[in-house]
Amino acid sequence: MAKLKIDDLKKIKERVQAENALREGDRRVRVTVHMGTCGIAAGARSVMNTLMDEIDESKVSDVMVTTSGCMGLCSREPEITVEILGQDPIVYENVNENKMRQIFKRHILQGEIQTPFVLARGKEQA
Amino acid sequence: MEEISMHVLDIAENSTRAGSKLVEITITESTIEDTMTIEIDDDGSGMDQETIKLALDPFYTTKKVRRVGLGIPLLAQAARATGGFFSITSDQGKGTRVKAVFRLGHIDRQPLGRMDQTVMTLIAGNPEIDFVYRHKINGGSYLFDTRELRGMLEDVPVNHADVINFIGKNIREGIAELAAKSG
Ligand SMILES: Nc1ncnc2c1ncn2[C@@H]1O[C@H](COP(=O)(O)OP(=O)(O)O)[C@@H](O)[C@H]1O
Repeated sequence: MAKLKIDDLKKIKERVQAENALREGDRRVRVTVHMGTCGIAAGARSVMNTLMDEIDESKVSDVMVTTSGCMGLCSREPEITVEILGQDPIVYENVNENKMRQIFKRHILQGEIQTPFVLARGKEQA
Repeated sequence: MEEISMHVLDIAENSTRAGSKLVEITITESTIEDTMTIEIDDDGSGMDQETIKLALDPFYTTKKVRRVGLGIPLLAQAARATGGFFSITSDQGKGTRVKAVFRLGHIDRQPLGRMDQTVMTLIAGNPEIDFVYRHKINGGSYLFDTRELRGMLEDVPVNHADVINFIGKNIREGIAELAAKSG
């Protein structure tokens, strides 16, 4: 990596370290994008990328993104699970870039579950 | 799959599920040889002959009728459709190498697509695994290695959203530079 880019990384590191010093405990939100073969073919990677862009634009730092394998409901892919600390996980189905933006703005940032896109709720589904 | 980089993601996800510590992705484009070569190398559990057979053949079933995905046959088919070839070599306990060669100029070759998104996705989902991404176009090359990042990040996790976005940007810039130099 070029020198300039290393400086950028250092800035990120210092900012994250400062934020972590203020925060106690877990991240507020965890989003899991299901990344099996069917999910990838159906567009899970671009859903993931849209989510990363939204995080970048909104400057939130308490949303963690991860991936998982196939849940066995290939026809409903792409699927994501949103877990807000202290609440039941919500699984969304047939997510695309637009739905991802809406879920991010309304559910992840404002706490309103986007019912029309929900596949399942509750711990056993996550 | 619309893009070769989506196959790369799918195949590398197999590596992460096989207990790998290091996954190395190498893309080599050669205009002279008219090839785009994709290699995914891991140090995971490896496969025995039976599993390789199972993984390669979309219609293959054992007596127990095991359900396996189609990730590997899909990539093999995509490479062969361009007049290229596909191979898996695996050593149990040592790791696996998947190699697909595409004819670069073939009309049926999918675009490579967004390797930045593929690497970002792999790191976001597997922060404990190291990833190397090498991209060579004719003489020139680009290299990304999470091990290089970790030292600089100290206690900040590689899968922090800001770090993932940094990685994506770094890869996009690196590839654009490489393509401009070698294209
Ligand atoms: N890199 C690897 N290391 C060990 N085993 C692997 C690897 N890649 C594939 N396999 C085995 O081959 C099987 C088929 O792989 P794949 O066709 O991608 O389908 P899926 O992963 O969806 O089952 C996997 O379930 C796994 O048992």
